[in-house]
Amino acid sequence: MGIRDINIQFFRGVVVTTEKNIRIYYTKAPVMIFGLLFPLFMFLSFYLGRKVDLYFFFPGLLAMSLFFTASSVGPLITPWEKQAGTYERLLSFPVSINTIILGDILAGMIFGIIVNIIVLVIGLLFFNYSINILFLFFGILLASFCFSSLGVLLASPSASSPSHIMMFSSLIRFPLIFISGIFIPLGNLQGIARGLSYLSPITYLVDIFNFGFKGESDISLIVDFIALFMFSVIFIFLSNWFHKRNLMKGL
Amino acid sequence: MGEIELMESYWMKKENNNVIEANVLTKKFGNVTAVNQVTFSVDDGEIFGFLGPNGAGKTTTIRMLTGLLAPDSGEAFIDGINIQENPIKAKMKMGIIPEMGNIYSDLTAKQNVILAGKFYGIPRRELEKRANSLLEQFGLYDRKDYLVRTFSKGMKQRVNIASAIVHNPEILFLDEPTPGLDVKSQRLIRDIINQMNQKGTTIFLTTHNIEEANQLCGRVAIINKGEIVVIDRPERLRRTFETTQSVEISFDKSIDDSLIGKSDLVNRSERLGDKCKLYTNNPDKLVKYLAKFAQDQDLTIVSIEICRASLEDAFVKFTESKSCGN
Repeated sequence: MGIRDINIQFFRGVVVTTEKNIRIYYTKAPVMIFGLLFPLFMFLSFYLGRKVDLYFFFPGLLAMSLFFTASSVGPLITPWEKQAGTYERLLSFPVSINTIILGDILAGMIFGIIVNIIVLVIGLLFFNYSINILFLFFGILLASFCFSSLGVLLASPSASSPSHIMMFSSLIRFPLIFISGIFIPLGNLQGIARGLSYLSPITYLVDIFNFGFKGESDISLIVDFIALFMFSVIFIFLSNWFHKRNLMKGL
Repeated sequence: MGEIELMESYWMKKENNNVIEANVLTKKFGNVTAVNQVTFSVDDGEIFGFLGPNGAGKTTTIRMLTGLLAPDSGEAFIDGINIQENPIKAKMKMGIIPEMGNIYSDLTAKQNVILAGKFYGIPRRELEKRANSLLEQFGLYDRKDYLVRTFSKGMKQRVNIASAIVHNPEILFLDEPTPGLDVKSQRLIRDIINQMNQKGTTIFLTTHNIEEANQLCGRVAIINKGEIVVIDRPERLRRTFETTQSVEISFDKSIDDSLIGKSDLVNRSERLGDKCKLYTNNPDKLVKYLAKFAQDQDLTIVSIEICRASLEDAFVKFTESKSCGN
C-alpha cells in the first residue's frame, strides 16, 4: 500500500464517515432542536413585538442560523457513538482519528449549508438585495467549515452522555452569539464589547454577509476570511488533540 | 529507517510465519500496570485463544494489537506491519469484533454490513453480493431490511460479525464473541470461525469460555494480572494437571457430602447441582469405595463418571498459582 493508496483510503474514510453521520444523526432530536428550532426561536424573540428593520439585520440572522445549524451535529456524534457502543466499532475500521473528525465536520458543514441556502432563498424572496454571490458563497463555505469544526471540538470532552455535551456546547455557543455583531451592529460596538466581538468567529461572517448583501463592511474582508480560516485551524487542532487524549474514555 | 531496512524487517517477520506478534507490550493506566511485558506470536492459519479472568488484561492487549491503544513500550506487528507506524495498512488486513463494539441500531442489518464494506473500498456491486451472501449464511437474509434495534442480542452479534468479515480479512480478532448469546447463535458463530479458519484466516479469540477455547483453539495463552502465565496447546495444558482427577457421582437421594468426604481417598469435594464432584489421586479405588458406600447406605447410583483434568482445571490452577505467587 503506497502513499497514494493511503491517501485514497483516507478520503474514502472521510466520505463514508460523513455518509454514515448524515444517515444516522440528521434526524436526531438534539440536531433538530439546536440546529433548526433554536435559531428560529432566537429570531422570533428578537423580531416579534419590536420595530426591527429586518432588511438591516437579515445578514446577521443568517449568520446566526448558519452557526447554529453547522455546529449542531458535531457535538452529538462522538458522545452518542460512545454511549451506543459503536465508537470502538468505528475505530476498528481502517480509519484514523483525523478521518473521523473530518467526516464529522463535513456532516455538520453539509447540514449547515443546506439549511442556510433555504433561509437565504427565503430572505432573497422578501428583500431586494443586490448580492455579491461570490463573497456569500465563499463566506458560507468557510464559515460552515469553521462552525462545524467548533461543533466537533465541543464533542471532545470525555462525557459519554449526549445531554451533558449539549448543555456544555450551549454554554459555549450562546455567549459567542451575544458577543458577535448580530444583535448590535459592529459599528455601534465600542471598547471592551468591540474587543470581545473579535473573539467570536461569527463576527467575521456577519461582516462578510453585510458586505455580500449590502456592500458594507466594518472589518477588512481579507481579515474576515483569514480569521475564519485561523479559527478553523485552531478548532481542528484542538479537536484532534482532545479526541486523541480522550479516545478510550467512555468506551 | 531506510527502505532496504524496512524490507528486511518485513521479510524477517514473514519468514517466521507469524502473522500476529506482540513484543514485550506494556500498558499502564495511572499506577496500575494493565499489561506487563506481554510477548507471544500467532502463526499463519492458527486459531489462537487468549484466556484470562476479568481484568487480566485481555481487552487491553487486543486493543494494542489492533491499534486502538498505544502501548507504553513494546511493539505489535500484523503480518509484519508495525501497527503503531502503519495502522491503516494493518487494519486493512484485519477484521475486528470488539467486546464493547456494537453495530448501528438506526441502520438495517444490510446497511450495517454495506457501511463496513465501504470503509474497505469494496466496489458497490460486489459489496451488495457479499452482504446478501453473508446475511444468508448468518440466517438473517429475511430480516436484512429491518432496523437492527429490533434484533435480539444474538442477531446483533451475527450482524456484527458479518460486518467484520465482509472484506474477507486475513486475520480476525474476536473479543468475547459469544457471552450472553443463545446456544444456536453460539454454535453458528463457532461454525463460522471454523469455516473461516479452514479458508486460511488466522483467528485470535479472546474468551472466558474455557470449553469454547478447548473446542476451537490450536493454542491458548493464559494471561493473569497483566502477565502471560503460560502458552501451550489445550491438551498439553490439561495434561499438566493430569493428577487432578475426579469422580462425579449422583444418587437418587440427597446425602450429606461430608459422609463421603471423610474417606482418605477424597482430597476435596464440591457440589454441582444434584451431583457431587470428588477430587482424588486414585479414581479406581474411589469408584469401588463409592459402590460399597451406596450399598451400605441403601442408595441407588443415578450416574457416575471419572473425569480427567479439564482445561478449566488447568486455567484455575495457573491463575491461582500466579495469584499465590503475588
